[in-house]
Amino acid sequence: MRKVSRLSRFNVASLALGLAFLYLPILILVIYSFNASRLVTVWGGWSLRWYHEFFGDRAMIEAAWMSLRVAVSSATIATLLGTLAAVALSRGEQFHGRTLFSGMLYAPLVMPEVIAGLSLLLLFVALNAERGFWTVTIAHTTLTMCFVAVVVQSRLGSLDRSLEEAAMDLGCNPVRAFLSVTLPLIAPAIVAGWMLAFTLSLDDLVIASFTTGPGSATLPIRIYSEVRLGVKPEINAICTLVIALIAVVIVIASLASKLSSSRGESAAPL
Amino acid sequence: MSARRIFARPARFAAIAPYVWMLLFFLVPFGFVLKISLSQTAIAQPPYEPVFDLTAGWGALKAAFAALSVDNFRLLVSDDIYVFAYVRSLTVAVTATALLLLIGYPVAYGMARLPTRWQAVAMVLVIVPFWTSFLIRIYAWINILQHDGLLNQILLALHLVSQPVVWLSTDSAMYIGIVYSYLPFMILPLYATLAKMEPVLEEAASDLGAPPWQVFWLVTFPLSLPGVGAGVLLCFIPIVGEFVIPDLLAGSNSLMIGQTLWLEFFTNKDWPVASAAAIVLLVVLLVPLLLYERLQKRQLEQGR
Repeated sequence: MRKVSRLSRFNVASLALGLAFLYLPILILVIYSFNASRLVTVWGGWSLRWYHEFFGDRAMIEAAWMSLRVAVSSATIATLLGTLAAVALSRGEQFHGRTLFSGMLYAPLVMPEVIAGLSLLLLFVALNAERGFWTVTIAHTTLTMCFVAVVVQSRLGSLDRSLEEAAMDLGCNPVRAFLSVTLPLIAPAIVAGWMLAFTLSLDDLVIASFTTGPGSATLPIRIYSEVRLGVKPEINAICTLVIALIAVVIVIASLASKLSSSRGESAAPL
Repeated sequence: MSARRIFARPARFAAIAPYVWMLLFFLVPFGFVLKISLSQTAIAQPPYEPVFDLTAGWGALKAAFAALSVDNFRLLVSDDIYVFAYVRSLTVAVTATALLLLIGYPVAYGMARLPTRWQAVAMVLVIVPFWTSFLIRIYAWINILQHDGLLNQILLALHLVSQPVVWLSTDSAMYIGIVYSYLPFMILPLYATLAKMEPVLEEAASDLGAPPWQVFWLVTFPLSLPGVGAGVLLCFIPIVGEFVIPDLLAGSNSLMIGQTLWLEFFTNKDWPVASAAAIVLLVVLLVPLLLYERLQKRQLEQGR
């Protein structure tokens, strides 16, 4: 006997509750960023006052600018390296040190950030590198290229290899076949990987705290030091702006993966 | 010769740049952590005694080896603060992971039973919070949980409590924060296995007379174990080393190891002890990390 709908009332309830749990806190934060009252808990009408405050706060603006620069540069380097790593892992068959290579790539996905941050800082100190923009960028690249590699690798795994083989049967050399057949097919995953790397970098507090130097705080570092002192409506405004930025990024990323699924391929998992 | 094999060589060359990068910025730094964990604390900049100086020649190197000290590790084992911190980290991680499984499973199950078209929508809805900032999500909860925050206002309005409840700086706040932040990491792998499951199996079990709970325990749950394993590891490992959530939401009287490491490093400027704490944390997490690596490899490289 087949049930008409597989969806029980319990299923619907748990889905609805789960999604509400995920979204309500963020929604409340966004709404209160438009609150005119200084008291975060009293609603004093709609206002853009805290956004004005943020744009007048030089230290915050500088930190935001630093974060954006780090995010763009580290995401770009990470996308390049991560894509290369994914190609090597999914098309390179066996090579020396492959196990070590994939091990190094997958570990940072779950490795506690305090360990990664501390170890990179000790390296930079030993190398006598001046800490600031570049050290944070290198640290974020190291972390985020692993995410890019996983996203691109799962896309490469779902590709039909006979396309590449056909190109080579028709006389392309492997590099040419990769550039004209494989690369366009995995482009959406590469775009999604860049976006993911960008948001991860924009978001990171722990690794940046270890690897940055005096006078070059990133936005999360600033937000963190303010949050420790308590809730401030200006922070709600900054958070809302970051959420808006990330929302734009997500829309672009999902358009990119739509593009890929309209080509009859399954989208990358992230 | 198959095109597959011709492709392999240039693809192998692609490994060079990321390989060198990861060796230099992921593996080599652990050597420095190990080295500094074995050195003496010093009031200097940087705050530790140098252990090796490769330029000083072989004799100096041998002398340096003799001077290596395990004092920092001895301190970690003998000082209750650290032992408690490790125990607390593991307890918090186990409890939080269990909560995540308990909350995440029904959601993933619900998702897997949606019509296919809606499944994609639900998946996007679960992934989106993963993209928004960790720190912002914790901050959102501080808004809600503070003394005159929304939660207390609602509880008071409903006359469930007669005066505001202290939420911030408690373990409950920390668990809420952890569950909230890690929920997508639990739901997604669970959903991936549940969605692949043949509905016929469950139907067969219920046709043969099994009550719903038995269908779940004897068919659905055992079949979803790979997803459970992935979700558990994906949450457990980073939670053990978590810093931000306990720091902002839990009380300060019992610390997790990520917090003690942070304190030693930033407040006490005791880099050797912080390094030793990191090494011990890594050793504690070695088995789950290796399990995770195997799982990830199998998943990404299946069909090879």
